Amino acid sequence: MNIHIRNGRLIDPANQVDTQQDLFIVDGKVAAMGAAPAGFKAEREIDAAGLIVAPGLVDLSARLREPGFEHKATLESEMQAAMAGGITRLACPPDTDPVLDEPGLVEMLCFRAKKLNCAHVYPIGALTTKLEGKRITEMAELVEAGCVAFSQANTPVVDTQVLMRAMQYAATFGFRVWLQPQDPHLARNGVAHDGEVASRLGLTGIPVEAETIALETQLALARLTGVKLHITRVSSAAALECIERARASGVDVTCDVAAHHLHLTEMDIGYFNPQCYVIPPLRSQRDRAALRAALATGRINAVCSDHTPVDDDAKQAPFAESEAGMTGLELLLSLVLKWAQEDKLPLTDALARVTSNAAAIMGITKGGHLGVGARADVVIFDARAERIPTRESLRSQGKNTPFLGLPLPGTVRYTLVEGRVMFG
Amino acid sequence: MHNPQLGADGRLKHLITLDGLPKSVLTEILDTAAPFTEVAEREVKKVPLLRGKSVFNVFFENSTRTRTTFEIAAKRLSADVINLNVSTSSTSKGETLLDTVDNLCAMGADMFVMRHASSGAPYLLAQHLRATGRDHISVVNAGDGRHAHPTQGLLDMYTIRHYKQDFTRLTVAVVGDVLHSRVARSEIAALTTLGVPEVRVIGPKTLLPTDVERMGVRVFHDMEEGLKGVDVVMMLRLQNERMQGALLPSSQEYFKFYGLTQEKLALAAKDAIVLHPGPMNRGVEIDSAVADGEHAVILPQVTFGIAVRMAVMSMLAAGN
Amino acid sequence: MTLPDAEQLCTQLAAQIRPHLRPDSALVGIHSGGVWIAERLRALLGSEVALGSIDISFYRDDYGSRGLHPHPQKSGIPFDVNGRHLILVDDVLYTGRTTRAALNELFDYGRPGCVELAVLVDRGERELPICARYCAHTLSESLPAGTRLSLVQDDAGHLRLESTSA
Repeated sequence: MNIHIRNGRLIDPANQVDTQQDLFIVDGKVAAMGAAPAGFKAEREIDAAGLIVAPGLVDLSARLREPGFEHKATLESEMQAAMAGGITRLACPPDTDPVLDEPGLVEMLCFRAKKLNCAHVYPIGALTTKLEGKRITEMAELVEAGCVAFSQANTPVVDTQVLMRAMQYAATFGFRVWLQPQDPHLARNGVAHDGEVASRLGLTGIPVEAETIALETQLALARLTGVKLHITRVSSAAALECIERARASGVDVTCDVAAHHLHLTEMDIGYFNPQCYVIPPLRSQRDRAALRAALATGRINAVCSDHTPVDDDAKQAPFAESEAGMTGLELLLSLVLKWAQEDKLPLTDALARVTSNAAAIMGITKGGHLGVGARADVVIFDARAERIPTRESLRSQGKNTPFLGLPLPGTVRYTLVEGRVMFG
Repeated sequence: MHNPQLGADGRLKHLITLDGLPKSVLTEILDTAAPFTEVAEREVKKVPLLRGKSVFNVFFENSTRTRTTFEIAAKRLSADVINLNVSTSSTSKGETLLDTVDNLCAMGADMFVMRHASSGAPYLLAQHLRATGRDHISVVNAGDGRHAHPTQGLLDMYTIRHYKQDFTRLTVAVVGDVLHSRVARSEIAALTTLGVPEVRVIGPKTLLPTDVERMGVRVFHDMEEGLKGVDVVMMLRLQNERMQGALLPSSQEYFKFYGLTQEKLALAAKDAIVLHPGPMNRGVEIDSAVADGEHAVILPQVTFGIAVRMAVMSMLAAGN
Repeated sequence: MTLPDAEQLCTQLAAQIRPHLRPDSALVGIHSGGVWIAERLRALLGSEVALGSIDISFYRDDYGSRGLHPHPQKSGIPFDVNGRHLILVDDVLYTGRTTRAALNELFDYGRPGCVELAVLVDRGERELPICARYCAHTLSESLPAGTRLSLVQDDAGHLRLESTSA
């Protein structure tokens, strides 16, 4: 279908475009910007006056809960959520049940996702079988099946020799390794930032050092093995310093932050609100300020939703016994816009963190931008229109977020996937 | 943020923690407890305040002693008391906390006295009651994880006030395993709210929480230094399981440095009082000579504890 | 309506009680007005009469609807009530509910030989079958509904009756 998106403010961070111009889509691909290509005849016109037209968002971490946790969410429900959130590409961590450690499982996930014809799903394969940290997976086979990187999700590899071997093996083939830095010993039984709030509430703390010690190990092994390392969900100022030091000494490493860490701190736990139980934990105000600043300057490369739908039963438990995680697909854009507005960041820079930068970390070139010939994955949104997320308005099966009932900027009007209007 | 313990009118609806409760509410509870101490001296040790009310003691963690004091308090208020030791019954069959509570509500509970191993569990219960339109049922926290043990904190305050009258002239030391102690957290919150100018905590670094100074206390690792001139010594119980592993090397070494002996107590004020929430580990955190000595007010604590719990229950039942 | 002088009423009440005193008589004042009157009566009747006080907050029948009264006081009966002649003392006798609560509380201390009621003022409008054996003053007309009649003690220790409308 030929689509003409008119009168919008087109922002394409990858191509440094931020102007008022029309976008023309032919056969699911971007055909032209500004003037219509020769012989173009629109079959559908979208009036984007007052709206922003940008590449569909790329989310580095969205748990779709399939296979294994269909009572928490399904591909169907979460794909609808992605569309409502303007997310057209998402990476899916391997902590499903069974774990994504076999090509067959990955193929099945890709097949199921493709059938739904919504967001492109990029599975992250397990670095070790069953995420047990003992045996490395068939990485090359997994890549053939569709994996774009390998990770341990939130389950650390305790044996550093296994970790080194896994990184060496991945480096052999040039595969990407994404690691979450958390020392399992220092973080034992921990559920909140080891600070004032955890001490007062009597919750077991996770010290910042649990993050930095694991991170230093991972960075040292990255230097040793030369693997393409990406650090997921940085949570503290100290961790950012570790990454900067490693970069200064020549380690090629990228990192991301979860959108909720830009806005919340340990204080938001309040009276044991389990909706604020996440891993890594919400840290201090100083840490939050450092994360925001680092994301603005690009020292943190990307921001993701770390979408984790959790059923009410699993959340309605005492804080430490509840299940960690927040639903996030439908909040990512709003939380990024809120951060950009509050810190007076140009929209182009802010959107780069959820489009082109994220796509680069995943190693995908045909998405995350609107260059001519790119897949026409587009989000059209009103950056100023306020919205108040509610249980009813969220399409995700997970309603677990502390942002329910709070006014947030940004309303998605249309989401297009390969030139098809999937939302709006 | 609205304190979920207080109703819209500012009255106490649940008692979950002392942290954040206004001084006026703490004082009101202590004042109300005073006349209840007299009830124990009568031929009939009972008043009819909670006649016809059902108090459910729901203990997800075993504690015969605390449960018994709540039971006595509720019975002296003429309530019907139902004891449930949930740790051995339903949860082992996979029932969730809220399932258990819903069942008990259906049996006509008017008040829950709840002990749980997980910090914050009573908040969950209070929120659930509110969300399901059962606001008339109140919750008393009988100890949750490391978070709070408000009635213990209150009975300690009652004891201190009984012997020392004025909080604003005292130096108080809390000694021992603050990290794992819900009692310590409730004591520190109450002492600072009631205007004690100097609250000290004494213990090895392994047993003090991160940023404990933020709770408004002075930290001492040297017990002899910390006890100098104090008017009140509040000892904490040291769980035996802390003796293994990386927190402490042995009970002998702990006693040597942090056990309360008469020699160490001699550094405190002449008329210092010694409190302990019980049950005591003699020879671990406290020497028998101190536990049985003239400074100890450990048994009066138990007696006052019943009056304080009667006061709390009668105020909550009235608030609803 | 002008209220009679409370101190004078105390004297009249003592005069009513005096002929009926026994060796085992004891006065039990109900907080707070009744306690002040009981103290007056004891001064007038002689220190051999035992004196106690009760606060009926824990026995009130309106606890369910109105909650616990603020600042309850300790009850104090420093003698054995078993078999004794007790005179329950209150400032104002109205519905009779306070007396009922006080009787209940008294019996939790033991089994008195007999209990009599002495009040300064009877304002009528009883809701329970209760009647004072000794009464210094009976109001000739009923007070408007919602009016509170109570005894207050000023800074000099002087007792005075006071009516306040709700």
